[in-house]
Amino acid sequence: MRASADPFLHLSGVAKTYRSNGREVAAISDVSFDVAEGELVALVGPSGCGKSTLLKILAGLIPYDSGTLRIGGQGFDAARDIGVVFQAPLLLKWRRVLDNVLLPAEILGLPERTARERARELLSLLRLTGWEDKYPYELSGGMQQRVAIARALVHDPKLLLMDEPFGALDALTRERMNLELRRIWAQSGKTIVVVTHGVQEAVFLGTQVVVLTAGPARMADGFAVTLPEPRELSCRATPEFGEYTQRIYTRLGM
Amino acid sequence: MWRLGGAAALAHLALLALWVWATTAGDVPRYIVPGPLETCATLASPHYGWLSNIAVTAGQAAAGFALAVLVGTALAVLFTWFAPVRRALMPLLVTLNLVPKVALAPLFIVWFGYGLLPNILITFVIAFFPIVITVARGLAEVEPELLDLVRVQRATRWQVFRKIQLPSALPYLFSGMRVAAVLAIAGTIVGEFIGSEAGLGFLMLSAQATLDTPAMFMALILITLVGIGLYVSVVVLEALTVTVDARLR
Repeated sequence: MRASADPFLHLSGVAKTYRSNGREVAAISDVSFDVAEGELVALVGPSGCGKSTLLKILAGLIPYDSGTLRIGGQGFDAARDIGVVFQAPLLLKWRRVLDNVLLPAEILGLPERTARERARELLSLLRLTGWEDKYPYELSGGMQQRVAIARALVHDPKLLLMDEPFGALDALTRERMNLELRRIWAQSGKTIVVVTHGVQEAVFLGTQVVVLTAGPARMADGFAVTLPEPRELSCRATPEFGEYTQRIYTRLGM
Repeated sequence: MWRLGGAAALAHLALLALWVWATTAGDVPRYIVPGPLETCATLASPHYGWLSNIAVTAGQAAAGFALAVLVGTALAVLFTWFAPVRRALMPLLVTLNLVPKVALAPLFIVWFGYGLLPNILITFVIAFFPIVITVARGLAEVEPELLDLVRVQRATRWQVFRKIQLPSALPYLFSGMRVAAVLAIAGTIVGEFIGSEAGLGFLMLSAQATLDTPAMFMALILITLVGIGLYVSVVVLEALTVTVDARLR
């Protein structure tokens, strides 16, 4: 892993156990990795490997049992500086697109006018100009998820967490969204952690990949991905790309 | 849509035709079933005081209904905020719901005398249960992930309620209100039957005493119209506040 003196994200021996029917089940154990500011980390693994649990821990939605977790440097405020995109768009169906995007800004009590301007800019970054006043049901699944991404960015968070954000989309839309995500990441300079169960997707997206295995749920590998930037879909045909994906498959015992 | 509307209109007209036919062709005495013309003619006699009686019935029904919406919603909110209160009171409410509410009317008259107050209260107890039960369900059935969404930003309990729970429960509230609107008018009329000196229910009873069936028919029609008015207001309010795909049918 990158040995930085003061990483943006630092996890060391993070573990979480669930209790169900009196039995203890490890959701994740011994997860350790560091992320520098502005990186795009892909957490990859099969279902049940605890990757969504890990993301929820990062988001502060559930507590972890042991280990160390540090996010951001001084002045990092988890409420203000984290944005989350879930697997489902989770748009509020009684709000128009623009008002959906504004939700986190409202919760944080940010000045309305600047938030509105920013929401419009983000919608244009996500190619949704002209859709501001539509209701969610008038949008396709891919568009709804783009609204969710705009919403996660509206309060200008330093860290963007994404839990299988394109898992519910069809294969082609998904590839298009991966390109979009890469573009947004490059333009915004944000630190992004994205959870996926797609090995190819993880290598294509990540500047860093963290591999998690199921049963027992633990971290199996973590490595940096160096591929020519900006990445294009064609990079998946290169031998380097193949080596990265093979490394993940090997770690997953496949 | 148009065809459906046409068929419905036809059925209504058929009922009207049946009424005309039964009272002209048949040998039914007028004091048993009066014809539509005789029924409508009662509107012209001032001694029935139609307008003031409509006002009394509609006012009582609307007041009892509004009270049911307010108290029912408030109680449902209390249930979602304080789980122990819900665990204690919800089963009690289910039990109380099994009491035939109209049977309370004579007691209410003992307690509150004749007139507006007992009638509004009877309307209230009848309309209250569907509201509290549907709203409590609506508030409880909010997608947990929607709550996660705002918890990331450390939303306060009030923000969660105001921005997520209440709007997502709104379709449930309207579903409860549609049921309650139909019940409310029935409650009001029962109240007027049992102890009242005004209103369409009272008018119906006093017309019965003199076998004035045309006035009874007219009162029945007007009671139905008041009920329809209440129901339609709920539907219109829903159309104005709830987006199409969120409505419960």
